[in-house]
Amino acid sequence: MAELKKTPLNGEHRALGAKMVDFGGWDMPVQYTSILDEHAAVRTRAGLFDVSHMGEVWIEGRQALDLVQFLSSNDASKLAVGQIQYSGLLTPRGCFVDDMLVHNDGESRFLLVVNASNTEKDYAWILSQAGRFDAKVTNRSPETAQIAIQGPRALGILQPLVKGLELSPIKYYWYGYGTVLGESCLVARTGYTGEDGFEIYCPPAFAPALWRALLEAGRADGLIPAGLGARDTLRLEACMALYGNDIDDTTTVLEADLAWILKLSKPGDFNGRPVLERQKAEGVGRRLVAFELLDRGIPRHGHDCYAGSEKVGHVTSGTLAPFLKRPLGMAYLPTALAEAGSLFEVDIRGKRVPAKVVPKPFYKRPKG
Amino acid sequence: MSNPSDLKYTQTHEWIRVEGTKGTVGITDFAQHELGDIVFVEAPAPGTSLSAGSPMGSVESVKAVSEVNAPLSGAVAEVNPELADHPELLNQDPYGKGWILKMTLSDPGALGGLMDAAAYEKYVAEVTH
Repeated sequence: MAELKKTPLNGEHRALGAKMVDFGGWDMPVQYTSILDEHAAVRTRAGLFDVSHMGEVWIEGRQALDLVQFLSSNDASKLAVGQIQYSGLLTPRGCFVDDMLVHNDGESRFLLVVNASNTEKDYAWILSQAGRFDAKVTNRSPETAQIAIQGPRALGILQPLVKGLELSPIKYYWYGYGTVLGESCLVARTGYTGEDGFEIYCPPAFAPALWRALLEAGRADGLIPAGLGARDTLRLEACMALYGNDIDDTTTVLEADLAWILKLSKPGDFNGRPVLERQKAEGVGRRLVAFELLDRGIPRHGHDCYAGSEKVGHVTSGTLAPFLKRPLGMAYLPTALAEAGSLFEVDIRGKRVPAKVVPKPFYKRPKG
Repeated sequence: MSNPSDLKYTQTHEWIRVEGTKGTVGITDFAQHELGDIVFVEAPAPGTSLSAGSPMGSVESVKAVSEVNAPLSGAVAEVNPELADHPELLNQDPYGKGWILKMTLSDPGALGGLMDAAAYEKYVAEVTH
């Protein structure tokens, strides 16, 4: 077995007594004390995540925007400098090489943040598509650590550590550069939890000092370190897709119910456009839905869905939602069954449990 | 936590307390610790016949499902009524309030095939290293 990759915070996790797991080739903390406690902390106070395993690919040069537009389902020309959008990195068939965050860094420069276990694949894919564009593609993942502080108290904990950047005026999905404990960092108001919060991109050598300083600064506010287990349940309550579960290179953007990141109105050709134009005109055969179980049980990734005796789809993600305290999940179902209110059954280890399609998301943070 | 000396243990991390022809069954402290926060327990209805070493139900943590095997053969007499609303009892008190079911044993003599606390602790040390 190949040796697992480690983030610069690996020693911190071990010192905190985290339970470590192999996550796509990375040695990562799944939990420190309890997934339920860590989940609750993020919803009600704040949690600190090591997301240094995520990939950072930079595209810069005269035709950087043109290349991003060709790769991406969303319309990056709409991004102001310092603005971020969620998008699909598409295959020619309109499916996902990956999902990503596109940052407009100004001066014809874009930062794409991609999934850890896809970084090498994505980078190779982008390079393979980049030939006819006057743009330079650089994988700066090894030189970039990332820490996410998430939860209603994240801003109050982080701000005192940041110089030269006022955090409260930064809108959701915008970012800026500031000095954190003397180190220049990119600070983005983004996250994968459904809460307010920030993602801080910094040099790897600085990450342990930042991690410790944040834990210390947030102690009185109830900030605790949170692992990948809580990250997964938090994102699922917020109906954010997980690559490899809910979306992959066999699911199109429209099947994934992500029409809002597909901008067919943008000019020029892009990967997947013909397939997606046809799908939009003709309609999709299946769609990713949110559902709740109507009886006891826990739906899990891979469980089959039935309408009567007919197998009609499968669960892509499922859990007993820690904050909402309901068994829920996402599943691909035929379009005829994909409207809110539709009833079907989930096969949980041989037992059929009734389920109902519900509107997305399950959880939306209170505005305040 | 130490494993009580009056219990017998299985290689699949269940325990059983035998009193005459009755047995009380749960999962071990090691098992609950490995699973993490337990959020759902599925136990067989009273009357269900159980076969030693075969699945009798499941315990689910946030992340995973784990089967629970019957330590001995017999029939379900009673299921812990608290677990439906408080599955966390398996984490908090695995050898006490977190018991899963009581059973009537069909062959109490088969107990000799299970491990005592010392043997179980040795076994856990082996499987974790």
